[in-house]
Amino acid sequence: MLAEDASFTVTHVHPMRTLDGITLPHVLRFLRFVTLPGKKKMAARIHGGAGAGAATALSTFNPKKLVAPSRTNLPAARSSKRCIVAAAGSDASKSLRVGHSQKLIANAAVATKAETSATTGTGHELLLFEALQEGLEEEMDRDPRVCVMGEDVGHYGGSYKVTKGLADKFGDLRVLDTPICENAFTGMGIGAAMTGLRPVIEGMNMGFLLLAFNQISNNCGMLHYTSGGQFTIPVVIRGPGGVGRQLGAEHSQRLESYFQSIPGIQMVACSTPYNAKGLMKAAIRSENPVILFEHVLLYNLKEKIPDEEYICNLEEAEMVRPGEHITILTYSRMRYHVMQAAKTLVNKGYDPEVIDIRSLKPFDLYTIGNSVKKTHRVLIVEECMRTGGIGASLTAAINENFHDYLDAPVMCLSSQDVPTPYAGTLEEWTVVQPAQIVTAVEQLCQ
Amino acid sequence: MALSRLSLRSTTFLKPSSLRRHVSTDTTPITIETAAPFTSHQCDPPSRSVETSSAEILSFFRDMARMRRMEIAADSLYKSKLIRGFCHLYDGQEALAVGMEAAITKKDAIITSYRDHCTFLGRGGELVDAFSELMGRMRGCSNGKGGSMHFYKKDACFYGGHGIVGAQIPLGCGLAFAQKYSKEENVSFVLYGDGAANQGQLFEALNIAALWDLPAILVCENNHYGMGTATWRSAKSPAYFKRGDYVPGLKVDGMDVLAVKQACKFAKEHALKNGPIILEMDTYRYHGHSMSDPGSTYRTRDEVSGVRQVRDPIERVRKLLLSHDIATEKELKDMEKEVRKEVDDAVAQAKESPVPEASELFTNMYVKDCGVESFGADRKELKVTLA
Repeated sequence: MLAEDASFTVTHVHPMRTLDGITLPHVLRFLRFVTLPGKKKMAARIHGGAGAGAATALSTFNPKKLVAPSRTNLPAARSSKRCIVAAAGSDASKSLRVGHSQKLIANAAVATKAETSATTGTGHELLLFEALQEGLEEEMDRDPRVCVMGEDVGHYGGSYKVTKGLADKFGDLRVLDTPICENAFTGMGIGAAMTGLRPVIEGMNMGFLLLAFNQISNNCGMLHYTSGGQFTIPVVIRGPGGVGRQLGAEHSQRLESYFQSIPGIQMVACSTPYNAKGLMKAAIRSENPVILFEHVLLYNLKEKIPDEEYICNLEEAEMVRPGEHITILTYSRMRYHVMQAAKTLVNKGYDPEVIDIRSLKPFDLYTIGNSVKKTHRVLIVEECMRTGGIGASLTAAINENFHDYLDAPVMCLSSQDVPTPYAGTLEEWTVVQPAQIVTAVEQLCQ
Repeated sequence: MALSRLSLRSTTFLKPSSLRRHVSTDTTPITIETAAPFTSHQCDPPSRSVETSSAEILSFFRDMARMRRMEIAADSLYKSKLIRGFCHLYDGQEALAVGMEAAITKKDAIITSYRDHCTFLGRGGELVDAFSELMGRMRGCSNGKGGSMHFYKKDACFYGGHGIVGAQIPLGCGLAFAQKYSKEENVSFVLYGDGAANQGQLFEALNIAALWDLPAILVCENNHYGMGTATWRSAKSPAYFKRGDYVPGLKVDGMDVLAVKQACKFAKEHALKNGPIILEMDTYRYHGHSMSDPGSTYRTRDEVSGVRQVRDPIERVRKLLLSHDIATEKELKDMEKEVRKEVDDAVAQAKESPVPEASELFTNMYVKDCGVESFGADRKELKVTLA
């Protein structure tokens, strides 16, 4: 179980974990240790790869055993990055398995979390956009350099209510309503970040950030490098993207595929209220520019999240459902389609392992690699287009690194290479549906 | 720093005698009229009488001479293939960099485009750092990873150095925003050219700056050519200082270092009180747009030499120094020789400095990096652990 498992005490995780003696290149091993200086004496709890949203596992979770020592206690903790934490990955998945009943896989597209373990019965239920807001507010309270800028984020409260109430609390300068000029205000945020501010730049829809591509690519991504490390750009660029409900082609774009090549940025995609808040906080605290992809259809997901402060690791994938037969890699909204398909698959006798990759750049090849080693089959389910999407890169990465472990070619289910049509039925056909996922798994597992 | 060097120099020049001239290190203010008046838009122009001092004018001369020498040295280095890629030279425009520095502090921010060598020098950058960066050496101001278009100096609030035309304008407004946010009484000078003046992002940024009263001073370095296209062929309205519409503007003779100083001083006071202002500096570049451009296909040699004879900023200051009896011909020539030696030494030093190590390829990608291991194409070489 998680609580008794010593893996949650501070362990130094070596950057090069080996699988059967074979060294994995591109292995990511960077779990950041978080404590809160100043006001909040309580140290933040680190939650490993398994999000609190993943049902049962946490039923035996005892938070008291989990309080991580403060920074001062850490042995030879030279720099924050060396520290710690909880081994996610195999240990967590094992403990998740214990007491894990197959019925619990079920996650409908809109999950309404019933009473969970709740750890201690504390925790509060909220919607995803509220979780984002909570994370943002906590970070703005904590650090006066954090500010928000975007269209209608202030007085209007944000077009998806993520910044609701913040302008009243923090004032117009910290929650800045910008005119409609993505290029300029993104550039402005980056310029401010060069001096030390930490702006959170909101694109009302990710698609609009195409207008700011130059700023994001050339300035945001590259300034740290081209200045020889003189400037850091600790911005967070966030906004909703993805295919919604008949929003039309221009408002249904998946920008992660366009941004993924930009050197110097990190990309994460949130999918549950739990990881939304955690990733938002981590992104704000990160010294690197982070692009946080939200999804238009996920804002009203409800879940119970801990009352205590927590942060999710930016470079780590989330084990949604451990399994044996096949690894399904997904992120954002497709996670729910996958879980729906998983329900069907389980009834048919399959045992899929579902991983929400969360970190789109860089990929958490450690978690993914461990999974591939176990199951030998990979299915990627994404919302990007077939050509040049995240799935395409991930397929290449898996083939390159884990070829020996694969029993079947990596299959990638993506959206069709078409502009998203308006008509509902057509729109449905552009994205991957649960039935297709089931078929793909059956095909792969023959 | 320049002043102390000056005082050292002048004592060696001047023999103790009853006719000893003190003026070269004199800081008592003298007032000089600018050659041309300022033209203004939506504001009252500053007076033409500029307060300066002998020491300051002498420092102008030295600084501009150094910049001019540096650019010429860069020219020959480029031709001998030690500098590669793009190299945009600033000679002819030195008065702008020097005059601006005289009016502001190192806490005020400057951001400019790719024609940044002299601005870097003006901000206190070292010659050897500049040359090393141009030649791609470790000693360079960006560790050799930026190149000609990416000079930065964080401690002097010099934010570069940007290759994409106009992209630095929103960044500059961000600098001003940060200054306002932190309630510092500093301003940001956002430099762009006549070519960039047609970019949409300029107007977006102007709107934002004016809306929120950001202490941003937008300086249009109008050298009359956007690469090969003259302003009359690219702009319907070549009165760049008026383009701000609701933002006040000032047109300045950019070849007159004193006028530049006056304008920048005026602009700083204005920006701190009233928000953004546009300064259009009427200047000229002797070289082509970059080293790949001969600069003669779109303008005549006569035009270039004409400007050099009549408007050259260094010659102007030389005449000023001579007419006000602040220095003699010989002293100025000696000064130029020293500067030349300084530049040559810096070039030699830069040539000696090592190229970056292979592992430098992966440093400064991320702050504190992500614990990623990277291999080269065949997974055998350039193995780096970004720990």
